[in-house]
Amino acid sequence: MTFSPELEARFAKMLESYPPGRTRSAVVPMLLYAQDEVGHISHELIEEVARRCKVTPLQVDEVVGYYSMLHKKPQGKVHVQVCTNISCLIDGGEELFQHASKTLGIGNKETTPDGQFSLEEVECIGACSWAPAIQMNYDFHHHVTPEKLDKLIDELRRKQ
Amino acid sequence: MLYNDPHPLEVKIVTKRFGLPNSASLDTYLATDGFKAFFKAMEMTPEQIIEEVKLSALRGRGGAGFPAGLKWSFVPRNSPLPKYVIINADESEPGTCKDRLLMENDPHQLLEGILIAGRAIGAHKGYIYIRGEYRYLIEAMDRAISEAYARGYLGKNIQDTGFDFDIYTHSGAGAYECGEETALLDSIEGKRGIPRMKPPFPAVVGAWQAPTLINNVETLSAVPAIIRDGAAAFAALGPPKNGGTRMICLSGHINKPGVYELPVGFNLLRMIYEVGGGMRNGKKLKAVVPGGSSCPLLKAEECDIPMDFDTLAKVKSMLGSGGTVVLDEDTCMVRFALRIMKFYAHESCGWCIPCREGTTWLKKMLQRFHDGGGQKSDIPLIGELSKNMLGRTFCALGDAAAMPTISIVEKFPEDFEAHLNGRPCPYAHAAEPVFA
Repeated sequence: MTFSPELEARFAKMLESYPPGRTRSAVVPMLLYAQDEVGHISHELIEEVARRCKVTPLQVDEVVGYYSMLHKKPQGKVHVQVCTNISCLIDGGEELFQHASKTLGIGNKETTPDGQFSLEEVECIGACSWAPAIQMNYDFHHHVTPEKLDKLIDELRRKQ
Repeated sequence: MLYNDPHPLEVKIVTKRFGLPNSASLDTYLATDGFKAFFKAMEMTPEQIIEEVKLSALRGRGGAGFPAGLKWSFVPRNSPLPKYVIINADESEPGTCKDRLLMENDPHQLLEGILIAGRAIGAHKGYIYIRGEYRYLIEAMDRAISEAYARGYLGKNIQDTGFDFDIYTHSGAGAYECGEETALLDSIEGKRGIPRMKPPFPAVVGAWQAPTLINNVETLSAVPAIIRDGAAAFAALGPPKNGGTRMICLSGHINKPGVYELPVGFNLLRMIYEVGGGMRNGKKLKAVVPGGSSCPLLKAEECDIPMDFDTLAKVKSMLGSGGTVVLDEDTCMVRFALRIMKFYAHESCGWCIPCREGTTWLKKMLQRFHDGGGQKSDIPLIGELSKNMLGRTFCALGDAAAMPTISIVEKFPEDFEAHLNGRPCPYAHAAEPVFA
């Protein structure tokens, strides 16, 4: 497998950043960055990361299930993550999640049939003083109301 | 740039550059006392630096509040192994959103703090472990690091001092547990984040089996001010043994939520009513989570206290990570306890049975209770099950799940009583099932 030149450069730098012989350290970030580019973690990707980090595919596979941002199934082009943890909960995060579910027509950890959106109820994303908050892929949105969420989704739909 | 309007009661030490034009740039940093502390530290011996940090009464800002200077002194001086500084930027404690601001608004202050820590313990490499969700901050730190290398503030022979230091960022991928320092070490080694047996402590056997200092972003961001302006000035800001300021992340039912830098020991009620603008819609205060979801909650009448580590311990809670969540009278405490437990059940790594089983059972019980299926005998049982997790796990996650739950059951039994006998939740949100 090859990746974009930018990602290849990142991986080369990443592998050099750890002490000699400790390339296993790159497994988690490499999986996340690769997933961002190719969409999900396939068996082929696991073998590629294992080869590059000089570990067995099993050693890569076993971390995939542990980290909640790593996914073996393809997600939507825009992954909508609604925080419902304590600060967001008491400011309407749970209602916001249910609204997102209705607007997108999908439940937690599901993807729309056209593959454009997926939805996930997530744990605290560190936006507590600006609750309720969501992330769309890596972009934060703060003080999100159901109306604001609909507007964000509409804009993205129009772009697609 | 994300930051709220400053409040006149704030004491700006680590946030003093927030709001300046290009506050994240090296030029702004150098124009506002940046790297003065580094040059001063290079003239000091490592022992003097550690002594200064000890005298400052700086305590860990990640949550545990361990004295920073003491932690630095645990790293064995004569180890033949390379030593490492690891910066815990895995900010995940619910209620906490401060390290974000430090990395976004003043990354060079953190880099300078890392260099001084490196000089003090004899390390030449530092790794900033940033939670995966904070991608834009990994990019922000990478930009600051590149700028520092280009201008000779990182790399070989920094500013002709003869001191070499490299700093790298490392991305997590979504795991609260990795904020626990030994789990973080496993994670940075490319494994599942499972806590390690202590001792040996990371200071002796840490990352890649080498002596390792692990500090929170806010802790290291305070170091330049301590070295530059002296330990005494920093210590004097707070009560004895509680030096400096805390970034308090105010959230919940108040008029002006935001992150405010206040002296350690600032009164909690004043935080809510003066800094936070008071309760929203004139509602009554019901409870406060003082420092992140793992802290035992305080009832309204317990809130007239100074927010320092020792006072909070005295009232059987914790100052924690600075995540202060304010709840009004309309908050259903059963629902709140359920959400906390759901979080810990999700984040338990499963290594220790009391935590793995306890959090899941308690989540189910609280869910049933909130749905109206609770029995009177469940109320003490929730507390007892929680107590069975205390101190019986490798790391503090089991305790973190138990402590707030015990406090909610003990302090708000009337909220549990109100859900008995199949009655629906008496609070406003109750019509629909809370969690699918």
